[in-house]
Amino acid sequence: MQAYLKLDHIDKIFARGNATSEVLKDINLTIERGEYVSIIGHSGCGKSTLLNIVAGLTGATNGGVLLENREVNSPGPDRAVVFQNHSLLPWLTVYENVKLAVDKVFAKTKSRAERDAWVMHNLSLVQMAHARDKRPSEISGGMKQRVGIARALAMEPKVLLLDEPFGALDALTRAHLQDSVMALHQKLGNTILMITHDVDEAVLLSDRIVMMTNGPSARIGEVLEVPLARPRKRLELATNPGYLKCRQRVLEFLYERHSFVEAA
Amino acid sequence: MSMPAMKTEVSAVVIAPAAAAAPVVTMTPKRTPRAESYARMAKETAARVVPPLIVVALLLVVWELICRRAGSSLPPPSKVFKDTRELILDPFFDNGGIDKGLFWHLSASLQRVAYGYSLAAIAGIALGTLVGQSVWAMRGLDPLFQVLRTIPPLAWLPLSLAAFRDGQPSAIFVIFITSVWPIIINTAVGIRNIPRDYRNVAAVVQLNPLEFFTKIMIPAAAPYMFTGLRIGIGLSWLAIVAAEMLIGGVGIGFFIWDAWNSSHISEIILALFYVGIIGFVLDRLIAGLGKVVTRGTAAN
Repeated sequence: MQAYLKLDHIDKIFARGNATSEVLKDINLTIERGEYVSIIGHSGCGKSTLLNIVAGLTGATNGGVLLENREVNSPGPDRAVVFQNHSLLPWLTVYENVKLAVDKVFAKTKSRAERDAWVMHNLSLVQMAHARDKRPSEISGGMKQRVGIARALAMEPKVLLLDEPFGALDALTRAHLQDSVMALHQKLGNTILMITHDVDEAVLLSDRIVMMTNGPSARIGEVLEVPLARPRKRLELATNPGYLKCRQRVLEFLYERHSFVEAA
Repeated sequence: MSMPAMKTEVSAVVIAPAAAAAPVVTMTPKRTPRAESYARMAKETAARVVPPLIVVALLLVVWELICRRAGSSLPPPSKVFKDTRELILDPFFDNGGIDKGLFWHLSASLQRVAYGYSLAAIAGIALGTLVGQSVWAMRGLDPLFQVLRTIPPLAWLPLSLAAFRDGQPSAIFVIFITSVWPIIINTAVGIRNIPRDYRNVAAVVQLNPLEFFTKIMIPAAAPYMFTGLRIGIGLSWLAIVAAEMLIGGVGIGFFIWDAWNSSHISEIILALFYVGIIGFVLDRLIAGLGKVVTRGTAAN
């Protein structure tokens, strides 16, 4: 297996004064080019910390992240993040939010007109070109998240990192956006690492599901291949035995073997 | 049933005769809402303007009644107006020295405030950014700021006179030192409150420090900065009058002091009126500027 993104023996220990707490222990994971991998686990298991380490926003205590066999330890546009709460800058329009990233990433390689076209291209990819001059406060939560995705895609990242991208959305919007992300993945072939706590979402979208044990010292408990053909259709999968089996496996892991212990 | 219908028709005609005169029938529904919205606007404006006018009128009447009797130490409004008629009608005269119209006194004061306040805005935002951004700068500077900001403006005046040996720079310095603290403190709070997410976005996009400052920090902290700037302009205007009373020369503060020395009580009252109005306008100016600049910045 060709490792495109490699998480190599990652430990993360938070130290505050004399108290230290080990959040992640010995995380090893290799991701192929074009693969869609989800990380699932109960809240507080450190999955967001893991994503931040891959993004370079947090440093690992031990171990490191290799992207195309080169260590990455600071944030950069090759690992664009779609944040949970969209993180659009409220004083910029939809267009300007994407433009901020495009101008910076393609400052030398694209002309002004090309950058403008590239912004609009990415906004059309997420069906948001019509709202280019709106401010984030004027569009719905789902639309904001679409723009967040457009901003990340526009950086042409090697790996797209999604931090619970649909967590703050209502069920219908979420389903709609999941379909969009699936279609984009199909079309563009991005390598995607997604954090989620939604079992259906993980099974529907992923090629592999990485299940994390509970913290402290969370580890990778199990990795499940999802052998479902693409493109996947939400409605057909609802009765598909392969889908149900995968779903069952994840549920068993999360609720039987590693059930969430309140105030552990 | 027919009465209300007739009524609306009548009012529509009264408010928008053009609509009634329009020969094309389809024009009418388009025009009537506009006329209605004008009427509503006029009504809302009246609702805001009429109550303070009534209160002011009542206060003037009470003041007149109290001060009209003989031997009263303060003049009634009618006498104030009579005494200061010339000053009101001709604010632009200039007889040399400090014998100038009120316009010149006010503009001299405003000029001092403009210098001092501009310096305070620049220094305040710069220092506030430093203190908000760097933990060590905050630990080092914050206690100092907390002590210095409690010193009353006029207490600085003798010291600055000693340092500058001239009234003009001393007054500007007093304005500066008065208004700089709220600007520093509010800017620092604004910078410290920039959401983690915006910093993450900047990190992923790899903005350099200068781009981060102009594209993220300034807009994100702008609402806080303008709170500080607004408090600052109020304090500068408070301080200038007091400072000018002491340094003399042309300026509304010294005008008041001079009027007191010549027992022109009516002139003092007129000057106070102008000081109040200008203070109010300055406050609204900064608030309006803040509104324009921070449009859309409020988190959603």
